[in-house]
This record gives sequence, C-alpha cells and structure tokens, in this order.
Amino acid sequence: MAIIISEQIFDPWKLISKHQQQSQLASQFGATASFIGSMRDFNDDHEVSQMVLEHYPEMTQRYLEKLEADAKRQWPIIDCLIAHRVGHINPADAIVVIACWSAHRRAALDACNWLIEELKFKAPFWKKETRNDSDVWVEHNTSG
Amino acid sequence: MSIQVKFFASLREQIGLADSIIEQASTADEVWAIATDNAERPDNMLVAINLEYAKLNSSVSDGDEVAFFPPVTGG
Repeated sequence: MAIIISEQIFDPWKLISKHQQQSQLASQFGATASFIGSMRDFNDDHEVSQMVLEHYPEMTQRYLEKLEADAKRQWPIIDCLIAHRVGHINPADAIVVIACWSAHRRAALDACNWLIEELKFKAPFWKKETRNDSDVWVEHNTSG
Repeated sequence: MSIQVKFFASLREQIGLADSIIEQASTADEVWAIATDNAERPDNMLVAINLEYAKLNSSVSDGDEVAFFPPVTGG
C-alpha cells in the first residue's frame, strides 16, 4: 500500500510498473485495475493554460491512508497505490493515479472505481485554473 | 485555551487569512465567527477538526486544529 503526494511531474505508467515490480506480493496478483486522471486544456467551455492544485497536507495524507484502509476492508485487494500531484500543473500532466491489485478482477475493478470517486469528492484538494487572463477556483467536480 | 484555525483555497482568499489562533470557542461555528469577525459563512463550506471531517456544531477543545474549506475538487 502506498500514498504519493508529489509536487514533481510523474509518469503514471512508470509509477504503477515500479510499484508492482517492487511488491513482495506480486506473485499473488491476478488482476490490476488502474485509473489515471490528467489535466485537460479546457473546462466548462474555457481554455485552461495551467492549474495550481492546493491541498491540506496533513489531512490529505491521513485521508488517503484512510481510503486505502477502507478499500481493503471492503474488497480483497492485495495492494493499492494512490498518487496525486499538487502545485503547478500543465495540460496533459497526470494529476492522479490509482492502482489496485487483487487475485481476481472484480475486487480490483470495484475498489479502483470506489477509490477515485471517494478521492474526488472528499480528499482535501482544490484546483485553481488559469483561464485566459484570470485565475479561477474550480467550484465542483464533474459527476462522472 | 488555544485553537489553531486554518482556511484553504477560495475561502482563504475571501477571508484574506490563511491561519489564525483564537483563545476561546466551544463549537466550530463559534471558531468561524471569532476567527473571521463574523464573516458571512458559505452554505457549502466544509469543516475539519484535527484533520477529520466535522460539523459546524461539533465541539472544540484546547489544542484543536479547526480548518474551513470549500468543496474539494481533486482527482
């Protein structure tokens, strides 16, 4: 289980691959489900040139750890990775990575889906977008 | 009594304050009123006490950290 909160750009595929390669439990994995969220260069019909992602550091770490523990209680997942960017972000950068490993596909898929929805609507991150000449706080996430 | 108060994101900009320390309050709502000098409270504002989500009528104690922030938009 791992939580990564990073101000540096990361390659989501390498993060997942590295985590899996380093896992002591890799021989038990029968399924890997992943979600990668990236920054778009538009939102609500506006062009977006960059973004700042703010968070509440102590609460973020604790909340993501709680999500991993809750997911493990609900599904027989063997391992889990949550990575999230903060700070300055550019279009096409990965913002969030969630990967779940389990013996069979259903647990990994369901846990991954649950984790991204919980993260998006409860983890204390806030996006501020640069649109044309103004900076705008994003007021809500899309529903799906 | 000492309570640390934090504001995040758009709320921090509206209030013009990132953090504050107040000396007396019994609920999170009271913390807001004292720390912001009775600023108007957004309906959708969220509250955390000691890094856990809480309610406006939740009790606060000496040494607590109370945070106020808008709906989250990560992911």
